[in-house]
Amino acid sequence: MKDNTTKTGWLGLPPLVVGLGAVVAVVIFGWQFLLAESELEVLGLVALAAVAGWAGGKTGLTGSLNEAMRGHGRTMNGAIMIGLLAVIGLLSEEHFPLLMLTTMLLYLTVGLGLNVQFGLTGMVNFAGAAFFGIGAYTSAVLTTHSAVPPLLILIGGGLMAAAIGFLLIVPVVRTAGHYSAVVTIAFGVLFKTFLEVNDVLGGPQGLMVDSMKLFGWDFNDGPQLFGIEMSFYVNYALLGGGLAVLAFMLTQRLERSWLGLALDSVRLDETASACFGVNVVRAKVLAFTFGNILVGVAGSLYGMMISFIAPNSFTFADSLLMVSIVLLGGLGSLWGTAVAAVIVVLLPEKLQILQEYRFLLFSGLVIVMLLYRPQGLLPRGVRQFFPSWRPQR
Amino acid sequence: MDIGLLGQYLANGMMLGTMYALVAVGFTLFFGVLDVIKFSHGDVLMLGSFTGFTAYLGVLAVGIVNPWLTLVAILVVSITTTAALGAVIARYLVLPLKSAPPLNILLITLMLGTALREAVRLFYPDGSNPKAFPALLPTASVDLGGFALRADSAILMAAGIAVIIGLNLLINRTRLGLAIRAVAQDEETAKIMGINYTMIVLLTFGIGSGAAAFAGIMNGLYYNEINFGMGLLLGLIGFSAAIIGGLGNIYGAILGGFLFAGLQTVGAVALPFASAYKDVFAFGVVIALMAWKPTGLIAERSSDRV
Repeated sequence: MKDNTTKTGWLGLPPLVVGLGAVVAVVIFGWQFLLAESELEVLGLVALAAVAGWAGGKTGLTGSLNEAMRGHGRTMNGAIMIGLLAVIGLLSEEHFPLLMLTTMLLYLTVGLGLNVQFGLTGMVNFAGAAFFGIGAYTSAVLTTHSAVPPLLILIGGGLMAAAIGFLLIVPVVRTAGHYSAVVTIAFGVLFKTFLEVNDVLGGPQGLMVDSMKLFGWDFNDGPQLFGIEMSFYVNYALLGGGLAVLAFMLTQRLERSWLGLALDSVRLDETASACFGVNVVRAKVLAFTFGNILVGVAGSLYGMMISFIAPNSFTFADSLLMVSIVLLGGLGSLWGTAVAAVIVVLLPEKLQILQEYRFLLFSGLVIVMLLYRPQGLLPRGVRQFFPSWRPQR
Repeated sequence: MDIGLLGQYLANGMMLGTMYALVAVGFTLFFGVLDVIKFSHGDVLMLGSFTGFTAYLGVLAVGIVNPWLTLVAILVVSITTTAALGAVIARYLVLPLKSAPPLNILLITLMLGTALREAVRLFYPDGSNPKAFPALLPTASVDLGGFALRADSAILMAAGIAVIIGLNLLINRTRLGLAIRAVAQDEETAKIMGINYTMIVLLTFGIGSGAAAFAGIMNGLYYNEINFGMGLLLGLIGFSAAIIGGLGNIYGAILGGFLFAGLQTVGAVALPFASAYKDVFAFGVVIALMAWKPTGLIAERSSDRV
């Protein structure tokens, strides 16, 4: 499993082999983890992952993986995508594990969006769940009351989140730190209260959302392949996976581009970057909107997948859970966000005892993290201005 | 609208304003001494009212029935416990992060607030359901030209205003207040002048949390109900009030508190849509005010030095 690669002495192996081996190990691990039924099994797998992660860090596996990601970026990215497809394929008949996987992928997309705001630009957004909800409610209204093609509705959910985010843009950009925190928190609370008291959007009972349809193919019908009836969640898992991969690529490109550099400099020192000609307002508007679009699109698909939404799924506590993903992973660290999304979404689902305690658990975890390891699980590396930092052809 | 109803709304608004101002003063005090936002303040308030409730149950179990004695016991237990908790939070969560980015303190206290809220919900006996807070004050009422001013509301409001005035005197007239203001103005110089910095910070957090506990008890006595989620909204309102007023300014906090209560009352009474939208309206106005005056109506006296 995961420690196969560590035991066989990967030290002598070329980085690419180590990287591909790690991907295979993670795929097998993820498959087993999502299938694990008993709590004991889950705990064992969690312990295994923790040990493997710790050993990997100690023996230099992480460094080797970094090497692989840097030197063979395309191959590795391809391998990871194939790995994701393999997990979905292996689980194609299981409803619940696929639902969890897709939820995790959507939360990863949300985490990436928030990471651009928190991690790159240093803006705060404590209304993540509200923007997620805007996406979901957009799909609810558009799927049931209009003939807009569902794929466009996804984009519509993102645009709607961005548009409503624009209402906040003036106070958020003009203020900093705790002032913009209060603006977004107030918006998050306002949004949920609004949903609860209004009559048009279903009030506290919520709304039904119609399923995703693509070129006349209803996502709520399980696909048949070679005579095997698959779970209809395969559709959503594939689309969610595609969305997460797209979001990841976009975010990574943004981070590596000159735009990302501008965002970084705005975070580190607004005044200095303004002196060097970086348009601070434009950078902040860009980061805020980009993040909200990702969150909104993810929310839109989430609504279609669970087919029923209510204001209670978009509370302030959920926003904080989304922020915990970013913080646990490490501010600005994209792979960290992926790891943290797995921990924050999948762990409470698999360990049902934790489900009730998840807000307490993760808020406690973030407190400990901020006190003793504020840089997160997988800290973001320092930006390197060398050609080798880019993926080579 | 008849004058009686107007008076009723006015009394209600004043009551809410006093409560909000008490919470906002706490935010302003913390911001003053440490330049930090302690977002768990609302949940500390909630914990204060739950401690008060527990004290009430304890007093009841001992067999004391005199409401005034009970009230004193509730206040003493709740305020001391909550003040101690505030100092502990300052000592172990806020001070260690003093040199970290300000965002981290905001985050750690936000998470602490969630942790407190969830802990009460999960571990307090039957904590997920609202608790009936006892009505301990006399409920006789005076008829004032069409609206009935109840004695308990009048006492609560008077007590709240007395606490605000007392806090103001404490900050502006006593040696302790002088030390707090000195630390707020310049930490280094205050230390050189022989002020025990850590002590003052802890005391300030204690005082602010104690005020929050008082507001929590007030809230409980007024609505006769407490629940684990009350702190989130009250904390956010107090924070908004402190920010609209201008952080670090005690008068600003009081102004902000009453302004927010006024907005809520106007939202419930004077606007065409249903009164359920009062919070939506109030927060909408707060966001708009922030867009217009980003650092509050009475602006923070600081500028960026490069």
